Amino acid sequence: MERDAVIIGGGPAGLAAAVALHGKGIRSIILLEREASLGGILRQCIHDGFGIDRFKESLTGPEYASRLIHEAEERGIEYRTSTTVLSISSERVVTAAGADGMLHIHAKAVILAVGCRERDRGAIAIPGERPAGVFTAGTAQAYINLYNRLPCHEAVILGSGDIGLIMARRLTLEGVKVHGVFEIQDHPNGLERNTIQCLDDYSIPLYLRHTITDIHGSGRVEGVTVSKVDDRLVPIKGTEREYRCDSVILSVGLVPDNALALPLGLDVDGRTRGVSVDENLMTSIPGIFSAGNCLHVHDLADDAALEAERLASSAARWINGDLLDSCAIPVIPGCGIASIVPMRISGKSDVFFTMRPSCALRNAVLRVTAGGRTVWKKRISRALPQNMLSAEVPKESLSSVSGPLEVTLS
Amino acid sequence: MKRSYTCVICPNSCFLDVEIREGNVISVSGNQCGRGREWVIGEVTDPRRNFATSVKVRGGEMETVSVRLSSPIPRAMIFPVMAEIRKAEAKAPVHIGDVIISNVLSLGCDVIATRDVAAVGM
Repeated sequence: MERDAVIIGGGPAGLAAAVALHGKGIRSIILLEREASLGGILRQCIHDGFGIDRFKESLTGPEYASRLIHEAEERGIEYRTSTTVLSISSERVVTAAGADGMLHIHAKAVILAVGCRERDRGAIAIPGERPAGVFTAGTAQAYINLYNRLPCHEAVILGSGDIGLIMARRLTLEGVKVHGVFEIQDHPNGLERNTIQCLDDYSIPLYLRHTITDIHGSGRVEGVTVSKVDDRLVPIKGTEREYRCDSVILSVGLVPDNALALPLGLDVDGRTRGVSVDENLMTSIPGIFSAGNCLHVHDLADDAALEAERLASSAARWINGDLLDSCAIPVIPGCGIASIVPMRISGKSDVFFTMRPSCALRNAVLRVTAGGRTVWKKRISRALPQNMLSAEVPKESLSSVSGPLEVTLS
Repeated sequence: MKRSYTCVICPNSCFLDVEIREGNVISVSGNQCGRGREWVIGEVTDPRRNFATSVKVRGGEMETVSVRLSSPIPRAMIFPVMAEIRKAEAKAPVHIGDVIISNVLSLGCDVIATRDVAAVGM
């Protein structure tokens, strides 16, 4: 079959892209979702705090998802659930497997909105036994919120990412004893409101500069050893403490899901670990776009949805035959910036940059420079690594730029 | 008594220094706007929270339905309300916004469903 746009993933980014494309007059759209229902990760995020930007109220994840699904259904957007995309070709043929067999869809635009994955025990190499009871925070969350199964009775949480903090509260509400959250860095990794409302409210201690150095148990987790770490994050001998628990919950970071992007040969950015895109959110292969957590990991579902809406603007132009400006000017994350999107610009359009600060700063200045010359700047009252920054830079500031653009925060 | 708070109203995350006497706020400093002051006074004198959990569902496509409160409650009432919610049971179909427990513990707020759970043939 043929479609103007194939959207892969029915979470906040995919749904927002579908609705926004439809709003731009694109009618031949199909959205593919591998789970049995739409909504993506929002389905299991039953806590509130979603939608403050896009819907101007604080919604729970399922409520946020249902608003987006409702918008898509009202517009009659075609979608298939329980349908897994197996591959994408550089000629933009999407191959998927679903209840009705194989699908081959040739598209003018393919939109990757496949989200991210959690880093697991293998990614951080904790020594010790290999018992059952070590879960990523998202897995524990799915057990409780989707499948009504309590995965443990006594837990320690490694890593202070938002899902870990939210699970500390969720487990405590369900009667699980949470001994503490152990974070190897010297600052919490989640949003401040989560540190307060998920840990402080329930007197769950947060131990900074601590990590798990051993997991005990043969069949099931029986306990862990926790150690302090030094400035180079190396465990300090003699600081070991033992905790009895039947579970270790890992909240140690998210990485964009590149399972479809890598076989396709899309360029991947070393900083975001997602695909590399230009100012149109188009990847290194023309007609293939990416937004949401598979492009770079966002803090808020709203940001992923808003990014997908920006994607829809350029994808709609592409579908209508506009070749889009070629983007030859590379964007380099300079001092104070850990990662930045987009990675290439044309110099002919306004550009919406999103970036992650590399350290905490107060009263900082965000600078866009070219050849040592500042072409645009903005004062930032507070920057934190756990809060993504964004800035819209007008084309007038970029029109004289020819060489690489460097963005710094200091 | 002086206490420090980090404002959670917006990403500025102002560090607020609050002087408290006998449970009342005497002064607030460090806030960049009025919302921060309002928030911290509430946080000191009457901290309120909303929270989410799930309620068992009979005859549904899922075993539980996710719920939240229709408005925030005093923080100290979270566990008593949680105990009430644990006793509740809903019958499918459940629709988003359905009241599962009305006026829980006479706090003036309802426990409401946050998703649809369709009925399945039994």
